[in-house]
Amino acid sequence: MITYDVAVIGGGIVGSAIARLLGGADLSVALLEARGDVGDGTSKANTAILHTGFDAKPGTLESRLVARGYDLLGEYAAATGIPVERTGALLVAWSQEQLDALPGLRDKAARNGYTACEIVDAAEVYRRVPALGPGALGGLTVPGESVICTWTTNLALATDAVNRGVRLLRGHRVTAVHQDTDVTRLTTTAGEVTARWVVNAAGLGADRLDALFGHDRFTVTPRRGELLVFDKLARPLAPCIVLPVPSSAGKGVLVSPTIYGNVMVGPTAEDLTDRTATGTSEPGLAFLREKAAALMPALTKEEVTATYAGLRASIGQDDYLIDLDAGQRYLLVGGIRSTGLTAGMAIAEHVAGLLGEHLDLAERAGLPAPPRMPNLGEAFTRPYQDAAAIAADPEYGRVVCFCERVTRGELRDALASPVPPADLEGLRRRTRAMNGRCQGFYCGARVREIFEGETE
Amino acid sequence: MTERVRVAVIGGGPAGLTAAAALAPSVAGDVLVLEREAETGGIPRHSDHPGYGMRDLRRFMSGPEYARRLTRSAGEAGARLETEAMVTGWAGPRTLEVTSPRGRRLVEADAVVLATGARERPRPARFIAGDRPDGVYTTGQLQNLVHLHHREVGRRAVIVGAELVSWSAVLTLHEAGCRTVLMTSEYDKPEAYTAFRVPGRLAFGVLVRARTRVVAIHGKGRVTSVDIENLDTGQRHRVPCDTVITTGDWIPDHELARAAGLDLDEGTRGPRVDTSLATSVPGVFAAGNLLHPVDTADVAALDGRHVAAAVLGHLAGEPAPGGGVPLVADAPLRWVAPQLVRPGGPPPSRGKLLLWSDAFRTLPRVTATQDGRVLGRTRLPWPAAPGRVFRVPFSLVAGADPAGGPVRLTLA
Repeated sequence: MITYDVAVIGGGIVGSAIARLLGGADLSVALLEARGDVGDGTSKANTAILHTGFDAKPGTLESRLVARGYDLLGEYAAATGIPVERTGALLVAWSQEQLDALPGLRDKAARNGYTACEIVDAAEVYRRVPALGPGALGGLTVPGESVICTWTTNLALATDAVNRGVRLLRGHRVTAVHQDTDVTRLTTTAGEVTARWVVNAAGLGADRLDALFGHDRFTVTPRRGELLVFDKLARPLAPCIVLPVPSSAGKGVLVSPTIYGNVMVGPTAEDLTDRTATGTSEPGLAFLREKAAALMPALTKEEVTATYAGLRASIGQDDYLIDLDAGQRYLLVGGIRSTGLTAGMAIAEHVAGLLGEHLDLAERAGLPAPPRMPNLGEAFTRPYQDAAAIAADPEYGRVVCFCERVTRGELRDALASPVPPADLEGLRRRTRAMNGRCQGFYCGARVREIFEGETE
Repeated sequence: MTERVRVAVIGGGPAGLTAAAALAPSVAGDVLVLEREAETGGIPRHSDHPGYGMRDLRRFMSGPEYARRLTRSAGEAGARLETEAMVTGWAGPRTLEVTSPRGRRLVEADAVVLATGARERPRPARFIAGDRPDGVYTTGQLQNLVHLHHREVGRRAVIVGAELVSWSAVLTLHEAGCRTVLMTSEYDKPEAYTAFRVPGRLAFGVLVRARTRVVAIHGKGRVTSVDIENLDTGQRHRVPCDTVITTGDWIPDHELARAAGLDLDEGTRGPRVDTSLATSVPGVFAAGNLLHPVDTADVAALDGRHVAAAVLGHLAGEPAPGGGVPLVADAPLRWVAPQLVRPGGPPPSRGKLLLWSDAFRTLPRVTATQDGRVLGRTRLPWPAAPGRVFRVPFSLVAGADPAGGPVRLTLA
């Protein structure tokens, strides 16, 4: 059996970014994922915003890594084809208290190194987002905030890792840890994995894994966030991300365009104890409908395409918890909240900095180029619109999912990719198939047939 | 690449195929039907039970037979049927962007007929909370799975809705070896005709609960149960099942209509049309369940026959008619179709106005008034019920003053 130099546990964005970076050195690396697919935990259901870090707590590791990650992921997205829409954001104040908070938020942004925020009056708020409901008093612009495809980000990092020789082990949930003098043996639901070093990027499960290493330093509280996704026909209502101003009335919800051309309202924030409670709730959906109607009344006339619930890994402190234990050859990457999407590649860099004292992380020669990912972004050319692509391969002209305009060629490519989907949900995240307004009324049976036909 | 045709029909279901069959013999030049599925025929293709073709073909046949029959007629009439051809947008008022395995091209037409049909609202649009397991389908997806792809479904189903289509789901489930343990309806009475409900209950042992809604779905990989709530008492209980079918609650596929900037009706959510089925944009027409979600397939088909006259008029250079009196449906009526009566215009398809009610009336009486004056009254010998279209004669509003205000339709 192989003894890996490093085992990274957790195939979300953070774990995939770490595995990818370590895979670029002359090391043998395994990436273990408990679930059947990468990005199937917290990474798949965040609000998909590429954050500038303007509202982080200044001076924290999170503040630094989000700002750095913003640039790293922006460049990586351009190189790999992860779609990013530079929409900008607008914080909208609905009360005097919120209006009074804007200068403080602008100053805080500056302390985080972000100086592009501007305070604007109500008229300018309505000029930018005419569909906002009545009562806006003013706003703060954050021009750098952008929307990104979280699914493609995770997949690009994992694919890159695999292309670099990382061994991706899906369906490997770690159940026990045994430490010998120079290796750690991980018992998993799919056999034993042995490695010299272990990185814990297990997200919602990070505290339990940490406990298997004998630590007792934090507890992950799953915080449920529910989202409403409105029909693409609503997209013109939301030209940019509309953020709430934190106040005594609570955090509020955001209205955001999505990279797929929809409008999203959410998330709720509800602390739970059940780490598998990824279902939506009646109060959550009712709350979001009410919020949507107040923030953007025209949304009430549009159809809802999807409702989602995701769990964020809250650890009850205001910063990431990244700690290396040289004696145990173990590194914890905990408390990575929704900012982890943006910060992931910077977290990997930070982790490499810590590990570099113990492992030779010099980049090896002849690394493969970053993968070129299929475009899922509505603002960029997709195969069904690409006359040259269809002429070269008619399968790109064979539309299977009508609502999202996903072609047979794209489904085939996803199924033959280096990190193929394990189930229909995985195929959805790779192609958008069945994610549209009909939710499978037209294409559901056909997509299932294609999935099963190609994976036999 | 731009292709020029005389008429482009978008959608090869009953309405589109029938329109093409009616137009092709009289049009010099191409009548092109663009169908995004691999086969024409529309929804009846996968509704494998009898009940089709009565009003348009004076025959009684199964959905798939009906789909084949309409396809053959359109082809024999000289229409060109192109499948796997999806219209994705507009490049001009009557110029379509089309994607197919044969390429990406523009189709420029002198007249366009929209016949894109309607779909059922899926679970998220109904705000049913809970998990997202496998086993939750619309009727459309269920029938696709069972009839076209010969797939297994579960063993115990709960059906949301008690419309006509809901009974169609019961039949399909029965054929697939899945028992329907419960049907729920939020209305006072189940929506379908007694003629379906009573035999349905007896033959399949289906329990129908009125004033009940499904509030949550449970299950990790596969559905394990639903929670239902009595709307009057608030009482809830859990029903074990492995399949949930969300039926009915139709919405027109109006994306292209909206993208074209057509005036839409708030009630139907489809394009507003006059009695000739002309939309607000000259040269663009509409037919079928895009206009009245949903009536039966034969009524949709007869729209297709009806729209041909206006299309031919447009092709002959007749100016688009202007003016007209709007028809307005007052609650509990949700909508009326068509919505515009023009001076000198034809009576609507079959001489009927289509209405949708959100309330049950045993012996419905419909009154048409204009500027406070009663234009006409009619009493129907059968009930008006939510979940199905009912029809009143056009004569009710035929006497409207073309210079007057809107005609209001009320239900008592």
